[in-house]
Amino acid sequence: MSQEKDYLQDLTEIRSIMEKSTRFISLSGLSGVFAGIVALAGAGMAHLSIRDFKSLLTPDLADEVWNSMIVRLEVRLLLIAVSVLLLALFGGYYFTARKAKRLEQHVWTKSTRHLLINLSIPLISGGLFCFSMYYHGLIGMIAPAMLIFYGLALINGSKYTLNDTRYLGVLEIALGLTATFFVGYGLWFWAFGFGILHIVYGISMYYKYERNK
Amino acid sequence: MKEFISQLNKAFESRIRLGIMSMLMVNDTVDFLTLKEMLNASDGNIASHISALEKAEYLTVEKRFIGRKTNTSYSITPYGRRAFNEHLAALEKLLKR
Repeated sequence: MSQEKDYLQDLTEIRSIMEKSTRFISLSGLSGVFAGIVALAGAGMAHLSIRDFKSLLTPDLADEVWNSMIVRLEVRLLLIAVSVLLLALFGGYYFTARKAKRLEQHVWTKSTRHLLINLSIPLISGGLFCFSMYYHGLIGMIAPAMLIFYGLALINGSKYTLNDTRYLGVLEIALGLTATFFVGYGLWFWAFGFGILHIVYGISMYYKYERNK
Repeated sequence: MKEFISQLNKAFESRIRLGIMSMLMVNDTVDFLTLKEMLNASDGNIASHISALEKAEYLTVEKRFIGRKTNTSYSITPYGRRAFNEHLAALEKLLKR
């Protein structure tokens, strides 16, 4: 009987080592929740900036005034976007490093490198694609494209981390594709995809893998 | 019972060896430091198990220089992969019995 238990333990350990040595499992659900909250706050600030901009519009606006207003709005939106990105990355790193420490795992391993490389390829392509759309004045397509490329990045990276990220990726892509038919509501879709979905995903991951463990 | 146990591979009897083989099964190459950190064992302990597995031709050793430091990495041989799979199958059979 005790021998049988040993065999079972052997098998469990083999499986856990295989998992640990190929996947980056320290990714914390709290990172998702934090990123989601930051995204919602950012979307809220962007919404307010756009509303202020619209309230200042009058039919007899001089060209120079209009130009300076639009530049100011764009700079403001860009600042919001960059702060959201940096804050989300910082929070993601913080919560993940904390979880890794508790699991007695290293944050920088071969699987982390694989994960980051596989996430970056679609993400950087998406970023450049969005920049090109901005350049061509296709502002309405930027939010859907961000969602689609982010979803593709998650699916691409899911081989090297918790498999659940794959489902989040599918949802982001579906949302992005839907958003392409509702140009003008991009910010709402963006807030839902990067805010609400992250929070829901993060909470469910936290309950699935981290609480009481 | 006896016949099942005889199918278990003696070469994989220790925890460390199981661990080394598990890591090699799912990675193309694994270096010494990674093995040591994952399995939480001393240098000497790991080295002796590795040389036993190497003697059995279950893994190959590759030494390289990265700058001035030596970097030793290991990979599983097709023979080792087969042996480990058979061992896993025997373990599973034992538990299902």
